[in-house]
Amino acid sequence: MVPFSGWYMPVQYTGIIEEHIHTRTAAGLFDICHMGEFILRGETAAGDLEKLMTRRIGDMPVGKCSYGFILNEAGGVIDDLIVFCLSRHEFLLVVNAGTTDKDRAWIEKNISAGTELRDVSAKTAKLDVQGPLSGDVVASLVGKGAVSGIKRYHFAWCKIGGMDTIVSRTGYTGELGFELFFQAERAPDIWDMLLKTGGVKPVGLGARDTLRLEMGYALYGNDIDEAHTPFEANLGRFVGMEKSFLGKDALLQQEDEGFKLLLAGFICEGRRSARKGFEVHVGEKKVGEVTSGAFSPCLKRGIGLCYIDKNLTGDGGEVLLTDGKTEIKATIKDIPVYKR
Amino acid sequence: MIPRELKYTKEHEWVRIEGNEAVVGITDHAQSELGDITFVELPQKDAEVKQSDSVATVESVKAASDVYAPLSGKVLEVNEVLRESPETINSSPYGDGWICRVSVSDLGEQKSLLDAAAYQEYLNEQG
Repeated sequence: MVPFSGWYMPVQYTGIIEEHIHTRTAAGLFDICHMGEFILRGETAAGDLEKLMTRRIGDMPVGKCSYGFILNEAGGVIDDLIVFCLSRHEFLLVVNAGTTDKDRAWIEKNISAGTELRDVSAKTAKLDVQGPLSGDVVASLVGKGAVSGIKRYHFAWCKIGGMDTIVSRTGYTGELGFELFFQAERAPDIWDMLLKTGGVKPVGLGARDTLRLEMGYALYGNDIDEAHTPFEANLGRFVGMEKSFLGKDALLQQEDEGFKLLLAGFICEGRRSARKGFEVHVGEKKVGEVTSGAFSPCLKRGIGLCYIDKNLTGDGGEVLLTDGKTEIKATIKDIPVYKR
Repeated sequence: MIPRELKYTKEHEWVRIEGNEAVVGITDHAQSELGDITFVELPQKDAEVKQSDSVATVESVKAASDVYAPLSGKVLEVNEVLRESPETINSSPYGDGWICRVSVSDLGEQKSLLDAAAYQEYLNEQG
């Protein structure tokens, strides 16, 4: 158990590699109650969210989930989050645990008088079920019909027993998967119910990290932060430059002037893994820095993400990763480095 | 169970002394703390090591850890199995997961090692 953004969480239950492989071949159950949830409500909520978020809100259909960013005035990422359109006047925002307080303060500062912001993080449990069998697992709680109707990046209101539950087809593993949101007091018994369905094992933070890293998904605090724009993180496709939003001016300037470093994936030569903070070298020159690194249970090699000179991000580029003591040869690779 | 015939260090290495030679590995406690071991950097054959020098590196999914030589000597043999199957240390830390064999230069250094009972007591104090 380790401290994590104010929470105390398991790195593993039975073993990181076992939990990782089980998620890719069956179903893993993740306790994600630490993430934050906000409700934005009112006539002016959509307009305010349009201003705050890099994704289009105005034409978001009810039932849709949208991944995007809240930016600071310099275009740096305050947080990455998913917005759920509950109705034209009500939105659920799912944010990172470590940034919940910061996000709330920023949103409060930037909404109209008519928009109500409620931080429901403490009242909301979130459990993720991810893997090829996740549909069956969730169906045994909410019914097969309910699950089969949920498309990718959409959600539905379901019932577990009589309890209202939001079930979204979203996740952080690259597998078919679902995220369940419901009232916090029921978390322990819903957790037990899910484990009893058979085929699903609990998965800790360690495998959560190796799973997302195989997909090249950014982790806030490592790969994205207030010092980097979505363009630098190679996530410009989640930014609607055709609309207006806080931080857009800085991005326009960056489009004009260009930028030096771009986030890229890498695979190490062998099993040895580079870690956050390792430098990326080509020849004698430092050309970048590793922001995330770990062992990939599927590839059986070290993998990770790094910010590197924009001109060196081509697939196949050879680099040396070093912390001054250890040197690891690696190859820049298009993400995801893991393909099913 | 902590094998009674081995000697131990406070850095959680074990050593099996066989005449003038010694076999070195890490303990069950160490492998359990590390979690799934994903990479082992073995020493070079014929390398000279001094007691408490780093002789190998063991990496788990999230972190790297040095293995320190319990005794000074020269590396005679390394466990090649660990190159492709480092997880052997997890499943058999005192057996198939041995790391290297050295020829001991000074058997007198043994006295700074812990016996099984002392190592167990040391573990108990860790909490």
